[in-house]
Formats: sequence, structure tokens, C-alpha cells
Amino acid sequence: MPDLGKYAFAVLSSYGYSLALIIGLVVFVVLRNIKARKALEAIEAEVNHGKD
Amino acid sequence: MIALLIRDLRLAMRAGGGFGLSLAFFLIVVVLVPFGVGPEMSLLSRIAPGILWVGALLACLLSLDRIFALDYEDGSLDLLATSPLPAEGIVTVKAIAHWLTTGLPLVVIAPVLGILLGLPEQGYFWIVLSLLLGTPALSVIGTFGAALTVGIKRGGLLLSLLVLPLYVPTLIYGAELARRGTQGLETGTPLLMLAGITCAVTALLPFASAAVLRINLR
Amino acid sequence: MSLWQYANPVKFLHLSGKIVPTLAVLSALSLVISLYWGFFLTPDDYKQGSTVKIIYIHVPSALVAINAWFMMLVTSLIWLVRRHHVSVLASKAASYVGVVMTLVALITGAFWGQPMWGTWWAWDPRLTSFLILFLFYLGYIALWAGIDDPDTAADLTSVLCIVGSVFAILSRYAVNFWNQGLHQGASLSLDKEEHVSDVFYFPLLLAIAGFVLLFIVLTLVGTRTEIRQRRARALLARSKG
Repeated sequence: MPDLGKYAFAVLSSYGYSLALIIGLVVFVVLRNIKARKALEAIEAEVNHGKD
Repeated sequence: MIALLIRDLRLAMRAGGGFGLSLAFFLIVVVLVPFGVGPEMSLLSRIAPGILWVGALLACLLSLDRIFALDYEDGSLDLLATSPLPAEGIVTVKAIAHWLTTGLPLVVIAPVLGILLGLPEQGYFWIVLSLLLGTPALSVIGTFGAALTVGIKRGGLLLSLLVLPLYVPTLIYGAELARRGTQGLETGTPLLMLAGITCAVTALLPFASAAVLRINLR
Repeated sequence: MSLWQYANPVKFLHLSGKIVPTLAVLSALSLVISLYWGFFLTPDDYKQGSTVKIIYIHVPSALVAINAWFMMLVTSLIWLVRRHHVSVLASKAASYVGVVMTLVALITGAFWGQPMWGTWWAWDPRLTSFLILFLFYLGYIALWAGIDDPDTAADLTSVLCIVGSVFAILSRYAVNFWNQGLHQGASLSLDKEEHVSDVFYFPLLLAIAGFVLLFIVLTLVGTRTEIRQRRARALLARSKG
């Protein structure tokens, strides 16, 4: 850890909150994507089943 | 179009039409502020132009969902949409009606409320002028927001979230005009900008409001 | 063959599926390298001390926050004119990234400002404009959420984006005027260094690249989500009808 001096709190908090928010965003986007893909596959399977 | 205007004015004036409500709300806001910041007249008189502007703005905001909601609920909005009246005309008339029944009364009562806040003597002229120039913009912008949310049940909060950021430039220039005038400073810039905003939104925003209304009535 | 072929949802899903993994890796690499470089390997600024390290997050996030809105404006216009669903869905996807980036810019701005100006918040024109931008993002997202019919929502939010953009620009000038009038000279623009010296400049560029790539990846993935949701809704409606 470099010597952040008296600004340690400011710098570490900035990085901490930002990384938390960005990771949260990535998780949100990825999870939504997986959910949507699974839901679509399920419906497509049902529709195709109905055709048989 | 005049007929529509007169009808809306009459509806607003009726008991339950909401005419007095915005005035009462304006009064309440102005009364609440000293309870919030303390009764010192020296402080209050400094922030009086700003408080009056914010209070008037919030009072306008509160009456916005009435612009279309009642007509939407009983189906008259659909009738209006199918009439030969262009949608741009409808929204303009609605905005004018809102200004006449909400904005203009606020302008008239502002000096009286200014007394409660210790508004300095020179301030009365400027607060009336700035509100007179600015409240039409608030009505026109508010009509746009009301058109956006017309179909949404209990969309009042969403309406506020959408409209308040749009109100920021008008508020800044209007309050700045009132404040500078009160302090005897140069008022050219905010005056021109405020008048410019009112003219520009009145000329241009109805097209967006009409488009939005048509979308919602599809 | 022009760019418009990707307005076709199937083609879009196909192409985006191929490029997202690569872009994601590039983005992650850029971010990790630039932030490690900036945090551990650069010196302190003689005026701002170690807080200058915040620049590697503050500036890129602010850039993305503004450009995301601009991209939303363009895609909203394309939707209104050419009715390509992919366009408006991309706008919706971008809004989630944009709002978080705006929040990151605001938070890093506050943490940077506190030791520099002695206050957690200052109504500095730039910070204030970002706060207003944040409100615009919230309104856009809330409107999407508040309307049931997807096509109506698409139309209304697109008009809101356009009208909002005009007012956002107007607000920028108004806020500059508003703050100037109060105290001349005390303009505190954190991110407008007269000259950012080289030692900070290169990790900053890399960080900007990383954030931009992140925005692209997340927006592409988000658009894929929206396209799939739309298709699922359509299939459901058709099977019931």
C-alpha cells in the first residue's frame, strides 16, 4: 500500500465505494441477462413442445 | 379552442376544482420555512425571493396532474383527441388554463406572502415580475410532464420526479432575477434568459407535449 | 451491408454474442492495469497529495456518465424515426450503466472535494450539473418502469430523453450562471487540470479506455437481455392468443 498520508480515508473510500458500485452493476446486468436467457429458453421449449 | 379554455377555467373554479388549493399550498410552504430555519427576519429577508420562488414552483407542481387526469378518466380526453382540434392546440390551451388558474394567482398572492418573509421593499416589484415571466414556463413544462404520465395510475410522484429537473433553469433564472433586483444589482441577464425560456418553451414544447399525448391515447 | 443490418434483433444477438467476451476481457485488463498502475505506481501530486489517485475513477466515470446519456439521445432519435427496437432497447440498457457512473462520479467527487475544500459537497457548477444529470437518469429509468406497454414506454421515454437533453444543456448554462454570480474566481474544477502531467496522463487514458469498454460491454449485454425479454413476452402473448 503506498503511503496515502492524511488522504488515506478519502482515496480508499472513493475506490471502495466506486468498486462496490461497479461490481454491483456488473452483477446486476449479468444476472438479469442469465434470467432472461433462461426464461426465453423455457418459453421457446414450451412453444416447440406444443407444436409436436 | 376558446371554448375549451373557458370550459377548463369554469371546471377549475368550481368547488372541488382545485383553484384555491395551490394558493393554500403556497401559503403553507411559506409558513413552514420560518419554522424550519428560525424566525430571524434578517435571515428570512435574505432568502425570501428564493423561498417564494420555490414555494410557487411546488404549488404549480401539485396542480399538474389535474391538467389531463380528470378528462382522461371520464373519457373526454379521447373525445378531444378525435375532435378537429389539433393536439398542439389542446395542450397549449390546457397550459394556458393551468397558468390562469394556478400560476397567475400565485403571482398575485406572492407579495402578500413576501411580508411574512420580510421581503425588502424593492423586492416586491421584482418578485412579481420574475414570477409573472416565469410561471407560464412552469405551466407549459408542467403540461409536458402531465401528458407523459397521463395514463399512469397514481403517477403524481413520477410526475414530480420528471418535471422538477426540467424546472431547474426556470427556477435559477427566476430566483436570481428576483434576488438581484431586490439587492439593486444588474438584472439584464436573468431577465433576458427567463423571458427567453418562457418564449421558447411556449413556442416549442407543445409539439413534444402533443406527440406524447397522442402516444398515450393510442 | 450497412450498420442497419444489426437493427435486426437476431443479427444483433449473433454479433454481440461474438464480440462481448473479447470486449469484456479487454475492459477488465484495461481497468485492472490502469487502476493498479495509477494507485500503486504513480507519485502524489504536489498540490493535492494522494487524492490525485481518485482521478483514475472520477474522470472516466464522469466521461461515461455524460456520453451514455448522449448515446441514449441518439438511439432514442433512431427509434422515433426508424422504429428499430434494438435501438431503443440499447438506450434502456445504457441508462442503467449511465446512472451508476453518474453516482460514482458524484461520490468520488465528494470524497475528493472533502479534503480539498473542507466540505463534502460544494455547489460547484460541474458537480451540480452531475447531480441534475443523475435526476434525469432517475426520471428516465422510472418512466420505463412506470409504463406497462413496452412500445408506449419506448416512445415516451425517447421523447423524455430528447426534451431532457435540451433542458440538461440549458441547465448547464443556468448552473454556471448561478454559481458564477455568487463567488467569482473560486471555480473549483477538479478535473480541469491546466496540464495533466504525463506520469498521470497515461494510466488515466488507459482507465478511460477501460471504463468506455465496460460501458459498451454492459450496454450490449443489457440490450441482449431486453431483446430476449421482448421476445419472451411476444411468444407468451402469441401462445395465449
